[in-house]
Amino acid sequence: MSDVVERTLSALPGLLGQQDPGAGPGGGPGRVSATSRLGGLIRSITALSSKHEEEKLIQQEQTNLKATVSAPTTTLRLMKECMVRLIYCEMLGYESSFGYIHAIKLAQQGNLLEKRVGYLAVSLFLHENHELLLLLVNTVVKDLQSTNLVEVCMALTVVSQIFPREMIPAVLPLIEDKLQHSKEIIRRKAVQALYKFYLIAPNQVQHIHDKFRKALCDRDVGVMAASLHIYLQMIKKNASGYKDLTESFVSILKQVVGGKLPIDFNYHSVPAPWLQIQLLRILGLLGKDDPRTSELMYDVLDESLRRAEINHNITYAILFECVQTIYTICPKSDLLEKAAKCIGKFVLSPKINLKYLGLKALTYVIQQDPNLALQHQMTIIECLDHPDPIIKRETLELLYRITNGQNVTVIVQKMLDYLRQSKEEYTIINLTGKIAELVEKYAPDNEWFIQTMNAVFSVGGDVMHPDIPNNFLRLLAEGFDDEKEDEELRLYAVQSYLSLLEEEDTFYPQKFLQVMSWVLGEYSYLINDGDPEVIITRLHRLLKQTFVTSETKAWIMTAVTKMSSRMSCSKTIDKLIQEFSTSLDTCMRQYAFELKHLCENKELMKNLFPLDASCDEIMVDASLSFLDGFVAEGLSCGAAPYKPHHQRQEEKLSQEKALNFEPYGLSFTSNMSSSGFTGRQSPAGLSLGSDMSGNSAELGQKETNCLKLDGVRKLWGKEGYLPKKENKTGKEDKTQPVPQDSILTAHVVDPPLMQSEQQVVSLSEEEKEKQQLASTLFVGLGSNSTISLIFESLSCHFPVIEAQSMESCQKCVQLEKVCTEGVLSGSISYHLDTDTHLEFSLTFSLSDFIRPMKMTTEDFGRLWLSFSNDVKQNLKMSPSQGSLSVALNALKQKLKLHIVEIIGNEGIAACRLLPSVPCLLHCRTHARTLALWFRSSCSALPDSLLYQCQKVMEEA
Amino acid sequence: MGLGGSCAGWLMQAPCWLGGDFSLSEDTQQQIIRETFHLVSKRDENVCNFLEGGLLIGGSDNKLIYRHYATLYFVFCVDSSESELGILDLIQVFVETLDKCFENVCELDLIFHVDKVHNILAEMVMGGMVLETNMNEIVTQIDAQNKLEKSETFIFQSPRQDR
Repeated sequence: MSDVVERTLSALPGLLGQQDPGAGPGGGPGRVSATSRLGGLIRSITALSSKHEEEKLIQQEQTNLKATVSAPTTTLRLMKECMVRLIYCEMLGYESSFGYIHAIKLAQQGNLLEKRVGYLAVSLFLHENHELLLLLVNTVVKDLQSTNLVEVCMALTVVSQIFPREMIPAVLPLIEDKLQHSKEIIRRKAVQALYKFYLIAPNQVQHIHDKFRKALCDRDVGVMAASLHIYLQMIKKNASGYKDLTESFVSILKQVVGGKLPIDFNYHSVPAPWLQIQLLRILGLLGKDDPRTSELMYDVLDESLRRAEINHNITYAILFECVQTIYTICPKSDLLEKAAKCIGKFVLSPKINLKYLGLKALTYVIQQDPNLALQHQMTIIECLDHPDPIIKRETLELLYRITNGQNVTVIVQKMLDYLRQSKEEYTIINLTGKIAELVEKYAPDNEWFIQTMNAVFSVGGDVMHPDIPNNFLRLLAEGFDDEKEDEELRLYAVQSYLSLLEEEDTFYPQKFLQVMSWVLGEYSYLINDGDPEVIITRLHRLLKQTFVTSETKAWIMTAVTKMSSRMSCSKTIDKLIQEFSTSLDTCMRQYAFELKHLCENKELMKNLFPLDASCDEIMVDASLSFLDGFVAEGLSCGAAPYKPHHQRQEEKLSQEKALNFEPYGLSFTSNMSSSGFTGRQSPAGLSLGSDMSGNSAELGQKETNCLKLDGVRKLWGKEGYLPKKENKTGKEDKTQPVPQDSILTAHVVDPPLMQSEQQVVSLSEEEKEKQQLASTLFVGLGSNSTISLIFESLSCHFPVIEAQSMESCQKCVQLEKVCTEGVLSGSISYHLDTDTHLEFSLTFSLSDFIRPMKMTTEDFGRLWLSFSNDVKQNLKMSPSQGSLSVALNALKQKLKLHIVEIIGNEGIAACRLLPSVPCLLHCRTHARTLALWFRSSCSALPDSLLYQCQKVMEEA
Repeated sequence: MGLGGSCAGWLMQAPCWLGGDFSLSEDTQQQIIRETFHLVSKRDENVCNFLEGGLLIGGSDNKLIYRHYATLYFVFCVDSSESELGILDLIQVFVETLDKCFENVCELDLIFHVDKVHNILAEMVMGGMVLETNMNEIVTQIDAQNKLEKSETFIFQSPRQDR
């Protein structure tokens, strides 16, 4: 960098002395003096060596400027120079608010050039809601009415940059008039100003929608292009309202692509590329889920793809947009094919920008076309190790989309690796969220689940989203259907945390410590052989660590309290109480006292902390009726009746004759419930009890121990309990390493000694590693015969077999996870004089596991309503397939469906996936298309079945 | 919503903010500049020109697209409604236009004529949306405005007329 500074400094004198107007846009005496003064400032700043010196210099400069701008003798010309210097100061980050009002004045009073600087300064200094902005409105109105076109232009520019929303009506009619202006530059800027209004106050420009249409048909291309911004925005909000414009957009794009625009719209001999991009986006939004509208644009998309051939950055931009549009609208097979080829070009490109976009495109299309990712799996694997972290992250994003129960461990591992290297807060938040989501959905076993979450908590630290620990704890607390498995999971968590806490002086993020202490407090009783004393000692040790925040300490204390309720007596607890009874931290002190009192009354304590009751509802008597006796006693002894906090405050304020501002009043009422409670005398034990239960029940709320009020409020507040979140996918689809099914029989005759075992195809070492990674990553994705599934070896061993006799062995393969195709490979080796090795492989497709399911139409109707997973798709029928019954019969034969009933052009069919997962199909024919609608209780089944149906239809 | 409105150029160690339609406090603005400069300047030569997310610039929807010219970085912050490659070329158009207007632009021109640079940008990007990408058109507009400085009696002529 230093040589750059040097170069700049050496160039400074020459530039400063330059009087030749050709060097810069400018000239004239005013310009030079401005340059030299600004130049002086810049030169002295560049010469400084520290930030402190810079601050001093700028302060001095600001004092000078302040004096100059507020002096009445200052000419507008001088004011203009001051503004430029002020802009420079602001740019360096020094607020110069004293000059704002003068900037507005300059815009108001100056001649054209001064006005321009004034407007510029205003748009740089002020923000949308700045109160001074109102003073600009009058100037803008005046300039809009000016006969000088330059002034009109400037006014329109400033309006499109910054304008107070409430003053729109003042200028709107003027700007509307400008849409009919004879100069295209004015029309263009007017459209842009209206676009700004549309963004900040859509309701105010509703009445001029037909004028936007006129702008779209404007004879000037620039005006039309400007109107596209508005249309893109409006169509984004409500695509169905603008379907009638599809043909217009298509014909505009056709003209642009066909080179009908004037030649100076070309950029690197590509006609108006930015316009094309804009139009393609609009078409994508219009054609989404609308076959009829999509139909209109197939031709022009095809042509755009064809024309964008030249190898230049900007043509790739167009290609990328085309691809995205093609995948957004209703699919057309030959276009999809071309788009897929394009994505391939992007992904395989040596240019990194294109590779990035290729990955982005793959991520976008992965749901529709998983096979495309399979084609490029090796490239994707390479991108995982790319030196550019952005590419890596994009690859992880892609992998995240294709994660399933089978590849989750590998993908999560890759994500964690990346996470460990990344220091950027945004990345950590984003990735930890994704990992936690995947882990929750697909974790294969308890151990992995806990270990991975431990890694997430350690790396994610305190920046990750608070929902992650909350959801994790909720998952542990609420558990799954299987009580035994829940207990194992909790036990494993407890054990893993204990071993983590074993090491002294290891640093863990606060959130992680909080999770640990909650789990230990709730579930440490699950350890049968462990001594609770040991756990408490470890927690006690944490309490003394300096890095532990007081919030975390509150969590730890809560855990200790919960555990102490299950122990008769403990030296550590006594020690802990003693230690913190004299603590300087008042909150800790209170906790210690509360614990002490609770320890004296074990019975009460057991009631307060029941075992494993974190999910039980707590009934709260919000009216506090149990205190009525206490209140009555107080009143009879002459105590003043209770007044709510806000009432007291109001009385106090009225006594002081002070102003009562609205906002304060509001905040009092929202606090009512809490103040109402603290207003009364509450027994200390009760307050602790409520706080503890609040802690365990309301994990969603941040625990603070600074204000007791918080804890109380949680309990007495209206919401009470946070609504339970729906338990995400149950655990039933965990475990099971590979899909297997059907019956594998190995019939071998004769050889006296033989062995049958599963084996994975062998390859060269490195290749093998990559292949293996690929196969683990892409398993369960679409149809693929390239994947070799890695089985747990199921081997069987026969003793010596007599000549001419026969031995058989049967293995059962079951489909645990729905996938369209799987390969089972293995080998048989036997010894007969020499060792012989035979390999075999079997391909299973989903249809091997499908059986017809007999039922009546009524049953069908009942079942149909009870299923929630559904998939719809339209298929083209070839003429040979003719009617619905022909098509259905083909499906019946190939997929073993049971046809329940056919009425006219509608039919229903049912099947089951072995052993008994039902899937229902409703189909309807309409003008050569077959609309298929699957429903099932299993989420993945409809998708896979649809794919099989597609294949059957294609074959026929 | 188009170019999140913010475009910033960097001049040696002194990053500068070239406008935007964010309503940001001065402090956040400076912080964004510092952070972005930090992010961009440590990128290698042979990596992609896009940087994603970042809490300051508004999270996952927004990204930074930058181009590096000798000692200068031109960084645009855009949201998902803009084409990445399109913006890269927009930066190119911007720089070429600067070059034409300043005749061999160097970073000093950008420091000393901040207001001019703003005006050029305002012709290209208005209220956060790409308005004009036709270089000749921009240059004629700017030239026309420059004539203002010499004569107040300048009569506005639309450059499109001579096409």
